[in-house]
Amino acid sequence: MLSYLDFEKPVAELEGKIAELKNLSTEEEAVPTEEELARLQMKADEALRDIYKKLTPMQKVQVARHPQRPHFSAYVKDLFSEFIPLSGDRQYGEDAAIQAGFARFKGTPIAVIGHEKGDDTQSRLKHNFGSARPEGYRKAVRIMDLADRFNIPVIYLVDTAGAFPGLGAEERGQAEAIARSTEKCLDLGVPNLAIIIGEGGSGGAIAIASANRVLMLEHAIYSVISPEAGASILFRDAGRAKDMAQAQKITAKDLLEFKVIDGIITEPVGGAHRNKEQIINSVGKEIEKFLQDYKNIPPEEIRIMREKKFLKMGELEN
Amino acid sequence: MNWINNIVRPKIRSFLNKREVADNLWVKCPQSGEMIFHRDLEANQWVVPNSGYHMKIKSSERLKNFLDNGEYEEIELPRLVQDPLKFRDLKRYSDRLKEHRNKTGLYDAILLAKGNLLGQAVIVAVQDFDFIAGSLSIAAGAAIVRGIETAIENKLPFIIFTASGGARMQEGILSLMQLPKTTVAVKRLKRAGLPYIVVLTNPTTGGVTASYAMLGDVHIAEPGALIGFAGARVIEQTIREKLPEGFQRSEYLLEHGMVDMVVHRHKLRDVIGSLILMFMNKPAAKKTDANLSIENEKSKSSEEEKKPEDKPADNNLANIQPPPVAHAE
Repeated sequence: MLSYLDFEKPVAELEGKIAELKNLSTEEEAVPTEEELARLQMKADEALRDIYKKLTPMQKVQVARHPQRPHFSAYVKDLFSEFIPLSGDRQYGEDAAIQAGFARFKGTPIAVIGHEKGDDTQSRLKHNFGSARPEGYRKAVRIMDLADRFNIPVIYLVDTAGAFPGLGAEERGQAEAIARSTEKCLDLGVPNLAIIIGEGGSGGAIAIASANRVLMLEHAIYSVISPEAGASILFRDAGRAKDMAQAQKITAKDLLEFKVIDGIITEPVGGAHRNKEQIINSVGKEIEKFLQDYKNIPPEEIRIMREKKFLKMGELEN
Repeated sequence: MNWINNIVRPKIRSFLNKREVADNLWVKCPQSGEMIFHRDLEANQWVVPNSGYHMKIKSSERLKNFLDNGEYEEIELPRLVQDPLKFRDLKRYSDRLKEHRNKTGLYDAILLAKGNLLGQAVIVAVQDFDFIAGSLSIAAGAAIVRGIETAIENKLPFIIFTASGGARMQEGILSLMQLPKTTVAVKRLKRAGLPYIVVLTNPTTGGVTASYAMLGDVHIAEPGALIGFAGARVIEQTIREKLPEGFQRSEYLLEHGMVDMVVHRHKLRDVIGSLILMFMNKPAAKKTDANLSIENEKSKSSEEEKKPEDKPADNNLANIQPPPVAHAE
């Protein structure tokens, strides 16, 4: 069952009506509902299109966090073959919030690293809702090192509300782990591509998003702090998350303007969760394009290109 | 107009501020509650003499106390876009910037300078907590990059004193992008074979710890400084239990392997000076006693008589005291 967001109410009503009519038609034979159904469906599609054409930043936050939005595993399953996940940081433990390993994309070996949020209660708990601890970032560094050694490009699928704020995480150096992971991203001699597929939550995201090319899904968000936490600090009122989402400029379009990201991947009407196949396909095309674009570039050049890009961050026209 | 706002006003303010500080001002130690004469604190680099509590120190005072003869040459910060989001919270961000420039006389949260440390030329960046909580902005990020580039050009060590609440939220994602940006600069410094020393002071939190503050060749913390990524309140809400005493304090980080040492403010010159001279393969400085060297310089450079730094300073390097619970914020 598709779950609707509050602002999708008109669509929910129309689609509810369609479902009802479909049920009726099976029960009572003589109801001429074909035309009616088509008409309603058109109306529902139109309503959905209208709503999604002008999503507010806070509505995008809701879409980005939609429980049915495709997560890391969905992309990996459909895009890659022979995915072999690796575990552990070789220092302390394994953190399932970050998944990392090697796979093939249309035959080409790639390293894939990403946050997994989980799709049901059990898997959400297992993956800690995609909020990683230091071990997750240290595992990411390990896999990046391997990729670098074997000359394999790295793909990151970023989807986290942020790094986990826990006692143990702090004790074991959350900040240092994030800093080292960011540093490793920037240090690779192999090309890397980061795709923000849902939430790009601050340091927890940047740790695996400092890449040669950074793309965002159309309704993904990427921010220095969540709108709720930002509102509670800057407005002293967590209830003003909507205003904060607006003010902080967290949408893909804003970030492209700021040159923080390099491109936007269009989502199906109604968001990625409405048509997983379509969005996964689009992401696949971007990966293919990326691998093509960065083929045969010497390691030192790849590194310098990336460094130059990040050194320019914030150098905008006044 | 800009010129008036940025240069003339801060000058007037700082002039007035000097007068505002009455001679008989007393300051309360946040740890022991002891009242200390303002002048005495200033003379003691804002370390409470009895409790050893390290109070906040202005960036310019920090440099004067840290560098040889109290002399330094300020490096101008790059001027990039201001207020790219046209941000407004309870106040307009552009007004907030102006206000802090006037208040501190700084362009942004970093004071960047060139000076000597035990005779070795160094580039030093000091994050000033008085400037919007020392938060990392586009300007601050660019300042760090300029500092490091200057160090590389002149083949000098780079030292940073961190003090920050984290990223400058009023600059949104662009403040977050200063994490990878400064990280690139740090990488280049290391590649150039130059030492990078991080001094973590109270408080250093959030995004700053997740980048240049935790990438030093050597991490030195001032006693009792709050250093951490996530805020204590957020953690308590997440794990639903009280945090242990001394959590995220310098001594706690030392115990958990995140910093190399906890060093008293009076000893920083000596310890860092020794380290960088070794890293630069230079002969040892003649005087390796921080107290002595401070005293000597003071008798040369300052008009007022300094009282000699006494035992508490000496003991404090080795002294493992219980971390203070309260801090000045």
